[in-house]
Amino acid sequence: MNKPVPPAELMTDEDGPLYAPRKKVYPQSVSGRFRSIKWRLMAVCLGVYYLLPFVRWHRGLGAPDQAVLIDFPNRRFYFFFIELWPQEIYYFTGLLVLAAFALFLMNALGGRIWCGYLCPQTVWTDLFYAVERLVEGDRRAQMKADAGPMTVNRAGRRALKHAIWLMIAWWTGGAWVLYFADAPTLVRDLATFQAPAIAYVWIAMLTASTYLLAGYVREQVCVYMCPWPRIQAALTDEWALNVTYKYDRGEPRCSVKKAFDIRSLGEKAGDCIDCNQCVAVCPTGIDIRDGAQLGCIQCGLCIDACDAVMTKVSRKAGLIGYDNDINVQRRVAGKQEIFKPVRARTVVYASLITVVCAVMLYALMSRTLLDVNVLHDRNPIAVRLSDGAIRNGYTLRFLNKRGFDRVIAIDVDGPAEAKLHVIGSDSVTPDRPMIVLARDTTTELRVLVTTPFDEKAEKSVPVTFRVTDIGLGEVASATDHFVLP
Amino acid sequence: MSEHNEIDRVSGRSTTGHDWDGIKELNTPLPRWWVLTFYATIVWAIGYWVVYPAWPLVSGYTTGLFQYSTRASVATDLADLEKLRGEKMAVLGNASLADIEKDPALLALARARGKTVFADNCAPCHGSGGAGAKGYPNLNDDDWLWGGSLDQIMQTIQFGARSGHAKTHEGQMLAFGRDGVLKKDEIVTVANYVRSLSGLSTAPKFDAAAGKKLFTENCTSCHGDNGKGNPELGAPNLTDQIWLYGSDEGALVETITNGRAGVMPAWVGRLDPVTVKALAVYVHSLGGGK
Repeated sequence: MNKPVPPAELMTDEDGPLYAPRKKVYPQSVSGRFRSIKWRLMAVCLGVYYLLPFVRWHRGLGAPDQAVLIDFPNRRFYFFFIELWPQEIYYFTGLLVLAAFALFLMNALGGRIWCGYLCPQTVWTDLFYAVERLVEGDRRAQMKADAGPMTVNRAGRRALKHAIWLMIAWWTGGAWVLYFADAPTLVRDLATFQAPAIAYVWIAMLTASTYLLAGYVREQVCVYMCPWPRIQAALTDEWALNVTYKYDRGEPRCSVKKAFDIRSLGEKAGDCIDCNQCVAVCPTGIDIRDGAQLGCIQCGLCIDACDAVMTKVSRKAGLIGYDNDINVQRRVAGKQEIFKPVRARTVVYASLITVVCAVMLYALMSRTLLDVNVLHDRNPIAVRLSDGAIRNGYTLRFLNKRGFDRVIAIDVDGPAEAKLHVIGSDSVTPDRPMIVLARDTTTELRVLVTTPFDEKAEKSVPVTFRVTDIGLGEVASATDHFVLP
Repeated sequence: MSEHNEIDRVSGRSTTGHDWDGIKELNTPLPRWWVLTFYATIVWAIGYWVVYPAWPLVSGYTTGLFQYSTRASVATDLADLEKLRGEKMAVLGNASLADIEKDPALLALARARGKTVFADNCAPCHGSGGAGAKGYPNLNDDDWLWGGSLDQIMQTIQFGARSGHAKTHEGQMLAFGRDGVLKKDEIVTVANYVRSLSGLSTAPKFDAAAGKKLFTENCTSCHGDNGKGNPELGAPNLTDQIWLYGSDEGALVETITNGRAGVMPAWVGRLDPVTVKALAVYVHSLGGGK
């Protein structure tokens, strides 16, 4: 009902169907330099993702000892030695900016390295392909099985494949929630069904998305869903290295025997023997010999496949390789190949990365562990007392980011003869109220500032609250205004 | 319809036979998933009628199999909330007013509770920040008709002023003019004398001695010999800078002529004791307390 096919007699050569159904990709296994790089990177990426929550980091009594922890209930983010509070969320902005520039730099140097080697979609799809090949056999076996009838053997293998996929997907979702709670405790709670419902919900959602995206949608994520290929196309330039079929060397394509004949006549024959191995191994099912294209994630597997064939037929490897169009033109013109990793674009990206890194590092190193914010009462903005004095109310919020309690003194600067009163403070030093800030918390205080009424005083003068740690001498301050009615 | 079996070349679908300026409409049925979803919603709706309250009747409504009621569910939620708060509120209930102010955690709790209750119950008269208005005292200043200590504030919140409650604050500003106790010109003289008590300017031809005499005869019984007021009677201090009904001559003449009797309701039956306590602490912490 939903797949209309035009009657053959109505089709002309120009008319294609408006919608082409997906052709399933059966990438063939391959081995070689880029394949082994991919295996190693996959091991690192998955290893980090699955194991990081279990890395411990001692932070002292009462603080979580998980190296990477997003603690939503207590509103803290821990990343090794860094502990961030909600109001420092701008560090994440810095990280995102950094990630964007790193992506741009990678792109300017070597094209879609991210897509081919590091993108989660690539990594998990690659893993799922590996499982598929292990259980159902390589490209040929799978294609043959899919074309033939369903047998018990085949159904069993298929069931096994889905079971393994689901297990990987389930553990992927499971590892995700471990970043949001103490990992060993959560694992135990999950196993004994004591964990909060939200944990199971997230595991279920991420299991489903991993299974669907890596098991079924696969290369369609890169081709139809992902914005990066489009953005990347706008950011790349003629010097960026891309996986390239060197058509100057490969064309015209001809068989080994035919090429031998042509060469014996002293004419030029291409190195490409049209064996289609580069197409067979491609995880997105494209033909790299059609040139740079959106579907190419530049994983380099076609390079491995082609090199193996070239070696077999005793020709020079590298018919497909990381190259760019400039070099193709230069070879055609008989010039030397050149590579220019250092050029304006890459220098700019690298310097921007350095600058952002430096700013973030500086901000991180100089971040204060004692802080105070002030909020002026809005209603009423000022109060006239019975003796005519003027009083303004403020709410002070103190942040003690240290892991221990501390005693602080509060001073006020600004209005003439200002007197400070802290609600609830029973301080023995009335002119300089002191309070205890509990460790790793925020404390809110209501304070009143009173000055004698002076007709000639300005309507509004700055008032500064200075907070001093009695023990450590750390100082923080916040400024607002003292207003006359 | 039989005429409309033309097949579109590109899509392979038949057309409906509708033709507008040469543009023909394809006969595209709704997607099956859409149709099935539509039928499913109909089945769902029928089930919903049976299970939940759905149909209005003449004198009521169908209650449904579950006897579900939003009112009951709100009541349950509120009960759950009270249970959740119970432990902390019990601590608040057991602590004395002074202890609450000394303990930062209890103070924060009482202020938080007091702030929401204040917004719900007190803000209509006293303003959202307790700044008051003409006739409604400012709770941020240090002038208190019935006393500004924690206990006194609590007392006022519980029983109100002239609220009709047995324990309420009573106290009347007499209508000296309306009741014929003072003549018009005498009232003007007293008004000017009262202004002079707090250092405000007086009318040029004002007779201070006459004012003092009239004040001593009529006002000191409540406001005290030197006009400092009396919190027992809710008599305001006339020597300070704070005037609930205004300090200009006209406003004072009006006050002396007709008297004032602002009413503060009693909250003792409307709010539970712990809430009243939290409210007292909150109001005291606005800064107006003594």
